[in-house]
Amino acid sequence: MSSRPLTDAARGELRLWLAQRASAAVLAACVIVHLALIIYAVRSGLTAAAILGRTQGSLIWLGFYLVFVAAVALHAPIGVRQIVREMTGWRGRSLDAAAAVFAAALALLGVRAVWGLFA
Amino acid sequence: MSGAASTLSVKVWRGREDGAFQDFAVPQAQNQTVLDVVTWIQRHLDPTLAYRFACRVGMCGSCAMTVNGRPRWTCRTQVAAVAGDGGLSLAPLANLPVIKDLATDMTAFFDKWQRAGGRFRPTGTRADEFATVPPATPGRRAADAGIECIGCGVCHAACDIVRWNPDYLGPAALNRAWTLVNDVRDAGGEARLAAVAGDAGCHACHSTESCREHCPKHINPTAAIAGLKRATTLALLKGRL
Amino acid sequence: MTLGGPRAHASYGAFVVHRLSGLALAVFLPLHFWALGTAIEGAATLDGFLKWTDQPLVKLAEIGLVVLLAAHFAGGVRLLALELLGWRAWQKTAVAASAGFSLAAGLLFLLNLGF
Repeated sequence: MSSRPLTDAARGELRLWLAQRASAAVLAACVIVHLALIIYAVRSGLTAAAILGRTQGSLIWLGFYLVFVAAVALHAPIGVRQIVREMTGWRGRSLDAAAAVFAAALALLGVRAVWGLFA
Repeated sequence: MSGAASTLSVKVWRGREDGAFQDFAVPQAQNQTVLDVVTWIQRHLDPTLAYRFACRVGMCGSCAMTVNGRPRWTCRTQVAAVAGDGGLSLAPLANLPVIKDLATDMTAFFDKWQRAGGRFRPTGTRADEFATVPPATPGRRAADAGIECIGCGVCHAACDIVRWNPDYLGPAALNRAWTLVNDVRDAGGEARLAAVAGDAGCHACHSTESCREHCPKHINPTAAIAGLKRATTLALLKGRL
Repeated sequence: MTLGGPRAHASYGAFVVHRLSGLALAVFLPLHFWALGTAIEGAATLDGFLKWTDQPLVKLAEIGLVVLLAAHFAGGVRLLALELLGWRAWQKTAVAASAGFSLAAGLLFLLNLGF
């Protein structure tokens, strides 16, 4: 048998699956923290001043939410791509490109939000 | 059958994929199985009805078909347990081409078995001693959990991923591959892991567990597929795939 | 006719909830990021958006989102456990526990909103 028996396409899918699971593990941790934080934030007040007073200048939270955004930008597009492939006829490069655009959009919007709140 | 008081209304699929249900009225009897009903129809009402069976006692899996929407063995399904008020609705097993009426073409099902590397690759010769495999080892226990599969096609029919993804190898083929991955005598190695990886393979499974739920032998293909996911991931990370 | 069909079991339900909640969250996220990103334009713009969220219908939607997030999280943890740890007898209980967790998260959020 050749030393690389897996086709490139199959290896690509395997990597996406792995990225999905790995980002899921990261998100599992992030989501617990986020849920706790949201419940705390709701108790402590949700005006812009109150929120920004708590978040701005915090490097730790900036770092945390950047990791969160990165994991989400990986996890959500892979998930949606899989749903589209299974439930519609759309497959192939054009779908992969659309998923990549979705990932880029999430990353950009996410970093913008994190910057606005924590920088 | 002795004069039964009531009749059962039975809808039976006739024709191929573009066929239709035909209504029959079958006398009810005690301890009647769905296979009894189908056989009665074929013998007394319509000899052109096509269906499969062999052992009649839940060992061969030939009689698998869709009963009131669920894939089952008709020889082991009591009419009393499933009929309810609406009677019976019988259709061929899902996710396979229909040859005629209740008989499907299982070629694709067994082709997937082969494509998943479901064939034992021997390492020993007749000159070697018998392989000693302690039954309590984790690998053997994992293999033993799946080797009772008789290829009836019920899990394949129950699986929605099979329905949505025609390339998907399916629970039975992947379960078989897992039993061989765990067989210390087998030399399938990375080739088999490669065969079961990717979208057509174990990674397409979403653990809906319809396979486990419907398997008449109480096998758990979801667990086998999870094992394949772990094995392929490990092999990928070690650069072996 | 028997109740339900080939899909009427707990794990299939878990799959559907996981898939639908994921889809809903994927739709919601860009909006969430965009809204929070208004903070970059200063407190006033963020405040403007926050005032809009003060309506009961929006609050209801927020509770829904928290439940969706908790549900998707719980379903995901169940999947990771199933795939990494292999089959265990408590799998079915895990589905129920996931559902319970989602509900609890939503309720907690609800309570904290002062309803």
